[in-house]
Amino acid sequence: MIPVIVILAYLALIAFIGGMAFKKSKENTEDFFLANRSIGPLIFFLSIFATNMTAFAILGSSGQAYRQGIGIYGLMASSSCFVIPLTIFFIGTRLWALGKKFGHQTQVSYFRDRWECNHIGTVIFALTAAMLVPYMIISIMGGGTVLANISASGPLHQPLIPYAWGCAVVAVVVTLNVFLGGMRGTVWVNILQTILFLCFGAVAVAVISHALPLGFSDYMSKLAADPKTRFLVTRERMPQVAFWSYTLIPLSSIMFPHMAIMCFSARHVSAFKQTVIAYPLAILAIWLPCVFLGVLGFATLGKIPDPDGVLVQMLQKYAPAWLAGVLGAGIISAVMGSDAHQVLALSTMFTKDIIVHYGGREKFGERRSVHFARIFIIFVTLIAYFVALSLKEKQGIFEIAVRYAFSGFAAMAPVMVAALFWKRSTKWGALAATLLVGGFLVWTALMQAGHEPGEVLWQIGEIKVFFMNPRGDVSFWNGFMTVVPMVIGSSVCVVLFSLLTRPPSPATIARYFDATASHASS
Amino acid sequence: MKKLFLFVFILAIYAAHQDSWNWAKSAPMLFGFLPPGLAYQAAYSIACAAMMAVLVKVAWPKHLEEQADKPRQ
Repeated sequence: MIPVIVILAYLALIAFIGGMAFKKSKENTEDFFLANRSIGPLIFFLSIFATNMTAFAILGSSGQAYRQGIGIYGLMASSSCFVIPLTIFFIGTRLWALGKKFGHQTQVSYFRDRWECNHIGTVIFALTAAMLVPYMIISIMGGGTVLANISASGPLHQPLIPYAWGCAVVAVVVTLNVFLGGMRGTVWVNILQTILFLCFGAVAVAVISHALPLGFSDYMSKLAADPKTRFLVTRERMPQVAFWSYTLIPLSSIMFPHMAIMCFSARHVSAFKQTVIAYPLAILAIWLPCVFLGVLGFATLGKIPDPDGVLVQMLQKYAPAWLAGVLGAGIISAVMGSDAHQVLALSTMFTKDIIVHYGGREKFGERRSVHFARIFIIFVTLIAYFVALSLKEKQGIFEIAVRYAFSGFAAMAPVMVAALFWKRSTKWGALAATLLVGGFLVWTALMQAGHEPGEVLWQIGEIKVFFMNPRGDVSFWNGFMTVVPMVIGSSVCVVLFSLLTRPPSPATIARYFDATASHASS
Repeated sequence: MKKLFLFVFILAIYAAHQDSWNWAKSAPMLFGFLPPGLAYQAAYSIACAAMMAVLVKVAWPKHLEEQADKPRQ
């Protein structure tokens, strides 16, 4: 009961903050979607970090560490430590400058203006929205599952908050927060959320270490000494090519529309300075304790039916009830922090890239555009909620969709790089890359659904170009993840089709490249 | 020259992520409980923060602020 009270108090606080932000808001889209481009350095860091961290950072990381061992940290966390700050440094800062200079609020509006295109921007919008929706649905599913698990009590483990109610609570609180406060409400809440889940790992490790009968070193030595569990403290079962492939996945981060929109919202470019330095340290603060506790969970709990619940089980066994409440709030924070940004990003894209772009501003004005955005927020959350309820048993499908969506966003990164750094790039290059990414994702989904592990999908002579790996995922030659051919293919498409077609007018190129060139300031 | 140095520096940090020499190592454990592969990758995260600090110090795009504040053409 105590954890549930702590979580409900926390959710009430979130809704209250949304109400406070509403009082400060102005009825125009720049204020609603970007908080008037006024986000300062500390809030910018806390918020951009919350945008990217989902419940997976806490529950999934420990669950995967329980299954696969310490290699998960290098695979998912330290690769992000390298790639994400670099993309924020090179791409995020330029997006900020162009957004401020030309008034862009979304990536698509930038692409349209930069490449003098209209419907190609709509194609990029459609692919981006299609890849984002499963991510949003799984956030609500994750919230419902977490609330049900944490509130379970008694010998039958009956949840005090059933799954359907848990999903509803998360959906309502996120909607209230985004509907009322827009970007301002979302980033205010992020301050609390990020601090909460940044502290969580260290607190959990400290509390558990006090309660365990043996020391950490005893458990880890035991795992290392047993040939059956040695893989947990090494990476001997982790293929090196898959480990390398994964370094391309964090390229997705800057292509998430919610991440790009955050970049537009900073007051000064200097807000990015602290963010890029602190980002790897924040990843370390969350992931290291969670991965370590996941491996430790194997040593202390033995085999458990639901590895993703290893952290919850350890806390239930070794920590007081209040900490389980803080854990719940931390996980729900991670779920809602990213979900709120996804909902806001979808509503921003729908309003700016579709309604306003196709003549809505002249027809409805700024104030009514904000109303459209709010209606869209309710609409999209309701859809996500009902999908989360009706397809509860098919959560795995959404997990696969999200996994491939990450590869899809990563493969769109060459499009952004071309737009920002290559004058000769054209809308046709961007379209070719977008269609390739979309087509590849559809093909992968079809292959995934219709083939068994071990089957070869495409072979040239003796070389297996695409095949199903033992986990049932589509793999590229030699065991590389599909993100590798997708990024290479997308890059080739951008270059090839750009060279074959006419570039934008010299005036447009000058406008955009003078705006970001260092020589222009001197 | 500065650009080349920074490019090589970033490339070296990227290459350091693939620590194949730690793949099968389970000892010695840092502080007695942190496996070498995990300790290395944790240190790598700190190195990434240091790399970003260097980039901010020597390659910060400060012209972007001036350009963004110029009136629209």
